Amino acid sequence: MRAFDAGWGGAVWKTIGEPITNVSSRYSATDWNGLRMMGFNNIELISDRSIEINLREMMEVKKRYPQHAVIASLMVASNREAWHDIVARTEDAGADGLELNFGCPHGMSERGMGSAVGQVPEYAQMITEWVKEKARTPVLVKLTPNITDIRAVARAAKRGGADGLSAINTINSITGIDLDTLTPRPNVDGKSSHGGYCGPAVKPIALNMVQQVMSDPDAALPFSGIGGVATWRDAAEFILLGCGTVQVCTAVMHYGYRIVEDMIEGLDSWMDEKDFKTIEDFRGRSLPKVTEWKHLNLNYKIVARISEQKCIGCDLCHIACWDGAHQCIHLDRESGPVDGHIEMHPIPAMSEMQSRAAITETPVSRKERATAGLGSDATPLSRIPRVDETECVGCNLCSLVCPVDECITMVRVENGLQADTWAERANDARETRVQRT
Amino acid sequence: MSIAILPDDPQLRERFGELKPPLTAQAAVIEANRCLNCFDAPCTAACPTHIDVPGFIKRIASGNLRGSAMRILDANILGASCARVCPVDVLCEGSCVLHRQNHKPIQIALLQRHAMDNFHASSRKIPAVPRIQNGPRVACIGGGPASLACAAELCRRGAQATIIERRPLPGGLNTYGVAEYKLRAADSLREVEMIQKMGVEFRFGVSVDSASVLRELEAEFDYIFLGLGLGAMQRLGIPGEDLEGVVNALELIAGYKIGHIRQVHGTVVVVGAGNTAIDAANAARRLGAQKVYMVYRRSEIDMSAFIFEYEHAKQEGVQFLWRMQPLAIKPDAHGRLQLETVQMQTMNGSLVPVPNSQTTIDCDMVVPAIGQSPLAQLVQDLRGVEVRDGRIVADRATGKTGNPRYFAAGDCVNGGREVVDAVAGGQRSARAILQSAGVTYA
Repeated sequence: MRAFDAGWGGAVWKTIGEPITNVSSRYSATDWNGLRMMGFNNIELISDRSIEINLREMMEVKKRYPQHAVIASLMVASNREAWHDIVARTEDAGADGLELNFGCPHGMSERGMGSAVGQVPEYAQMITEWVKEKARTPVLVKLTPNITDIRAVARAAKRGGADGLSAINTINSITGIDLDTLTPRPNVDGKSSHGGYCGPAVKPIALNMVQQVMSDPDAALPFSGIGGVATWRDAAEFILLGCGTVQVCTAVMHYGYRIVEDMIEGLDSWMDEKDFKTIEDFRGRSLPKVTEWKHLNLNYKIVARISEQKCIGCDLCHIACWDGAHQCIHLDRESGPVDGHIEMHPIPAMSEMQSRAAITETPVSRKERATAGLGSDATPLSRIPRVDETECVGCNLCSLVCPVDECITMVRVENGLQADTWAERANDARETRVQRT
Repeated sequence: MSIAILPDDPQLRERFGELKPPLTAQAAVIEANRCLNCFDAPCTAACPTHIDVPGFIKRIASGNLRGSAMRILDANILGASCARVCPVDVLCEGSCVLHRQNHKPIQIALLQRHAMDNFHASSRKIPAVPRIQNGPRVACIGGGPASLACAAELCRRGAQATIIERRPLPGGLNTYGVAEYKLRAADSLREVEMIQKMGVEFRFGVSVDSASVLRELEAEFDYIFLGLGLGAMQRLGIPGEDLEGVVNALELIAGYKIGHIRQVHGTVVVVGAGNTAIDAANAARRLGAQKVYMVYRRSEIDMSAFIFEYEHAKQEGVQFLWRMQPLAIKPDAHGRLQLETVQMQTMNGSLVPVPNSQTTIDCDMVVPAIGQSPLAQLVQDLRGVEVRDGRIVADRATGKTGNPRYFAAGDCVNGGREVVDAVAGGQRSARAILQSAGVTYA
């Protein structure tokens, strides 16, 4: 109810079933470079409160907030009666929809529920069919990512009559190990167990899975996107891949319900800017822009350009290109540009050796300090790297490591070649072979 | 001989509390994570000892604090004191590329201090290196940063080094001459103790002031490293300079640091406007002076003190009297002093007195702080070692002098720079000595 007051449109009531006993502790996280909870992990099971209490409270909420959607997340034993029973009771309590939790990857799966169902298309289809026999409200199937091809279960759910899908559930994970006790986290009396991973770290995986399902006519259904959604940008991305709604959990656990305020405002002003009136104006707009690799244009050529004005001289692009890419970013603006293969250039270790061999003194007098160029806004030319465009393959790495906005841009190079793809090449080759025979 | 420990002085601690508090462990990690880890980092290039700055900073971020300290010590054995006394604005932090991104350079000095404090607090040791057979024996004259760095470097490469210091405590200006709120004498001594534990020998109270002492050293040692520092403070050259109440800046600083001077009162006039003058003026304030004036014959823009030092002095309540030249110091009838001065002006490029502009400042203490004089007589006696303008002539890259058995670095060669310059020079000399002795390394 506090969430609805804060501005959320709906809630998924997670997860109703025969109450379980939880352990403590239950959560752990992956921090990164000083930031907390880049990834989050839980070994909690479903609700530890009785079905009666959950449903009574749900009824109460629906009474007070009739305009807000309440979706009941359900997980019961894999028999028809149990599912029929829970569906009927939940709908009687006022649920606006049902989400079948076929995703929980820990604990429940050991008992034949959760991802144990979600990993077997036949089971998923069967239970969906049972639920659909009884349900009067829309039925969503929540998919597990812990599977080789998420489309298989999505198709099964569709065959079973599901009205919609939601994904992704959490990913099997061990977030880390305490290097003092050698016990993985979270620690439950000296032992741990794999959990479900979520939070910002999983968003790219979730986006890919959403795209896979939504691009498959046999699987695509109305979709509720889940996985690392924390800001309006994340929400927009899920919607652009076809989601009609998104679900947020970890970010609220981290910052509280009020994060929805910026999610609403930010999405609103972006939509204004783009002249989108409703979600439907942009939902799925990025789907046609994702294709199989074989349909990508092999003749599209871009190269990196480094702005002399914006470069601050960290030279991270130089070492990234040398050690991690194609050795085509050089520190030769001062000494004179040399284009060509790796052998024509001094290796990075040479620059480091030279700087360390140089004799440097503290500029103590005013005159020395003036010539030292301290606090100057201009980056010395010798530290501004240059891209050898004849060798650059347009991989993006330099622009990704560059800490300055818009300093390294990837620029299209006209090569006069017509678009060509690997699929077309393979096809041409096949035709040539056919002609020969 | 073990190094004398200074007794804890609560009054000193209270009055000369640290200027910059250390980073907490978590603040250090947050700051360390901000470092971009530049390639061939400009901060490393700007450091005279070329500390691998991103290297030690990223080790803080990963929680490898021991590795971080070792990374610092590999390049600069006085990493702990340099973290406190280096004018980082004109060195590593001044060259941080983040100046050009968001004007907030990485706090390198505080991070370095964090790593070094942790190293010292954990009573870690620098791994011992086995002595090389028939290695050179080296005497390092002077117990300041240049000699310490030279001796430590020799020791780390398996050679033998003995530091010969005339005062009872080692560390040179690090112990006796740096404002206590920047570097406590106790911290300087702790650092020297670490060097002693590496195997460097110390002889205290030995003045190398005559040809005969030198000859004895030449007989005992293969090489002699001169880390003599500068000579005594320059005299003002005006009447009354030897009156009671005239105390030069280094005397004042050393005096309060080792407890000889407990407080000052009334009005103090510091003559000069360099970094040491500012240390002395601030010290006078903190020791109880009601008014502290700094008298300088030129103007604000000519002052040789670093800008941050100038700003600090103003905050301490020091008042600046520009274009004023002292003429004489006289005692008054009440046991106080009178400093006679004259206003100066620039005419045709030279500084001349303004006619009829004499003024007298009533004061209780006059502190000459117009730099240290060139070296003492001793060096004149060194055979084959050339001395020019009071500085020993030595190759910057190797410390080599005209005499193949003598090497020199630090203030006595560069005329007075920073601790980090002395460390770099001492270290380069050590390597050159080993090379000269035919010691090679795989």
